[in-house]
Amino acid sequence: MELSPFYQDLFTSLNSGLLMSIALIVPSAMGGVLIGITAGAIRTYGNRFFRTIIDCYAAVFRGTPLVIQLFVLYFGLPNIGIYLTPYLAAVVGFTLCSGAYQSEYVRGALLSIKSGQYLGAQALGFTTFQTIVWIILPQAFRRAIHGCGNEIIYLIKYSSLAFIVTCIELTGAGKTVATEYFRFTEVFGIIGLYYLALVSLAIIILKKIEHRLFIPGFGHH
Amino acid sequence: MQNALSVVFDSLPYLLQGSFLTAGIVVFAMFLGLFIGIFMSVGLVYGNRYIRYILTVYVWIFRGVPVVVLLFLFYFGLFAFLGLNFSAFATVSIVLGMTTGAYQANIFKGAILSLPQGQFKAASALGMSDIQAIKSVVLPQMLRLSIPAWSNEYSIILKDSALAFVIGAPEIMARTQFVASRTYQHLSLYITAGIIYFLLTWAGVIGLRKLEQYVRIPGYSQHGNQ
Amino acid sequence: MMTDKKPILRVTNITKSFGDITILKSVSIELAKGDIKILIGPSGGGKSTLLQCINCLVLPDSGEIELDNKRIHFTRKQDIYRLRQQVGMIFQDFNLFDHLTALDNITVALRKVKKMSKKEAEKRARLELKQVGLDDKEDLYPAQLSGGQKQRVAIARALAMDPKILLLDEPTSALDPTLIGEVISVIKELAIKGMTMIMATHQISLIHNLADEILFMEDGRIVEQGPPGALLAAGNTSKSQGFCDLLDKLSEVEE
Ligand SMILES: Nc1ncnc2c1ncn2[C@@H]1O[C@H](COP(=O)(O)OP(=O)(O)O)[C@@H](O)[C@H]1O
Ligand SMILES: [Mg+2]
Repeated sequence: MELSPFYQDLFTSLNSGLLMSIALIVPSAMGGVLIGITAGAIRTYGNRFFRTIIDCYAAVFRGTPLVIQLFVLYFGLPNIGIYLTPYLAAVVGFTLCSGAYQSEYVRGALLSIKSGQYLGAQALGFTTFQTIVWIILPQAFRRAIHGCGNEIIYLIKYSSLAFIVTCIELTGAGKTVATEYFRFTEVFGIIGLYYLALVSLAIIILKKIEHRLFIPGFGHH
Repeated sequence: MQNALSVVFDSLPYLLQGSFLTAGIVVFAMFLGLFIGIFMSVGLVYGNRYIRYILTVYVWIFRGVPVVVLLFLFYFGLFAFLGLNFSAFATVSIVLGMTTGAYQANIFKGAILSLPQGQFKAASALGMSDIQAIKSVVLPQMLRLSIPAWSNEYSIILKDSALAFVIGAPEIMARTQFVASRTYQHLSLYITAGIIYFLLTWAGVIGLRKLEQYVRIPGYSQHGNQ
Repeated sequence: MMTDKKPILRVTNITKSFGDITILKSVSIELAKGDIKILIGPSGGGKSTLLQCINCLVLPDSGEIELDNKRIHFTRKQDIYRLRQQVGMIFQDFNLFDHLTALDNITVALRKVKKMSKKEAEKRARLELKQVGLDDKEDLYPAQLSGGQKQRVAIARALAMDPKILLLDEPTSALDPTLIGEVISVIKELAIKGMTMIMATHQISLIHNLADEILFMEDGRIVEQGPPGALLAAGNTSKSQGFCDLLDKLSEVEE
């Protein structure tokens, strides 16, 4: 069966756009988690000075739209002589924004660990380092994973904003084709299906991980 | 620097006027979402298999597809296809309302399921019909439990409303872009827009926190009931 | 009676303040092998703080702790870790590690702190679980155990470290009345085997049956001290006597 030129064009564009989307999502997700863990730990255990700074970072990135953050990075920074490529601007924006949200879950997870858990470990002669590695982290990880995973799913969806700073990913690629052929319903319907596939895949993987790590008393339903 | 500040100062009234449209979008979307969310949550919990199935698909779509894609799909595609001539403002409000509706449906569903089993039974035992029981026992409790999640939804919709500029609704973001493209003071203008959104976000979040305290029933909170 | 025994733990003039409030005011205790001392007294008197000071979970402001005639330097981490390995602690609210099974709650300390192999640690852990009657529960997580079972796992966990002394902070007061019995019998068995213990408790049967000496703590001081036979003798007007009478009445009301 031969596809019409429209569909041939569409799928070629969407598939290369998809690759770009993945190239945006994967490093941003990893960077976001890394920043989230660091920022979350500082917001929980840091001294007042660092805590205040990181609290402000989280409040700013959670309190403003991601588009604005991207515009500041891509269109704004050149005003002071800093030029980022579209791809870099998008990845930096996604990472910083995602990290701010992730830190919220990490902080919540760390705060939810009762002081008795530290006491119990200390009483058995654990060093502080051993307590963190063997008691605190495994518990915090399980408490945070659901929220952090959800945040990655948001990131997948919001990666669609990269085209606004001219980094042509799935949405941008589709938009070009839609405008050219003037067939918006089909194109954006199909793009929607692409995202549904990505998001559903991520949800399935996340559920698998959560299921594997499940421990009575730590469940999230 | 001088120039940047004066541009910001001159354009501030123009940018701030955009917040009326932004506020309009948010309020409309929140209430549409509340309406959709309440009906869907009741359907998701108490509905028959087919209703539950259809509603689940709706939630899946609106939680899985990015807002920009939905905006393009509805504004340039579906609405035109259906012969509906909606303005950009109406489209954004409807799309955001339908999206938050999907999330709110899940929030309310969670709240209903977390109500103690006995509540519904006790209402029935007093001779209330199912509808009466839902209206006067389940809903008042569910709405209280949902305020924290609702404040989260508010902040998401507010920020998503900045995407309205992709279809040309003249809210804060679109106006900022317009001024920036003329004056080339991108950095200071977008930071200004950021500050406006920041203030709107936290004002709303803190306001809802106040509301939560105001309607609180002693000994009754999300945590107390888990 | 204790003159011929050398003390294994000597706590001398411990003081502790939180902010402006002095919680412990120069408290001293000596403990010989096999001794069982029981702390009683009104809540807020400083019993928990004293027990936590003894194994340095709370660092004393001043005073001395000697274990086996070796002074513990509060500033030396190694001293403190060594102390804690030799002095076991049982908490009121168990403090089992929520992410580990009953078995792993015991093995984790053996493996990480005592550097035992996994196999050795599991063998030892199973032995201890059997001692407290929970050998069939090794794969359950704390969330799946009853309060009494949790406390028995906590006791097994502490014993697996081969402590010279066991500190127990109201081990039965977070438990449902129906579950207290199983924990009491485990503690009584420990006493029979000659375990050295300091225990804060309001459990009349433990006070009467186990104590070699009762220490009545009030307002950060040990205000009365002596064997139960003397302190709790009928017609005595000691504070301990009055306090235990009160406990007796309360437990009658409960029944
Ligand atoms: N970390 C702390 N910070 C401040 N005050 C404390 C702390 N720990 C205990 N206290 C206070 O010390 C006093 C004695 O408490 P505690 O040792 O728990 O007594 P008990 O176990 O006899 O009931 C109480 O008034 C308590 O409020
Ligand atoms: Mg106490």
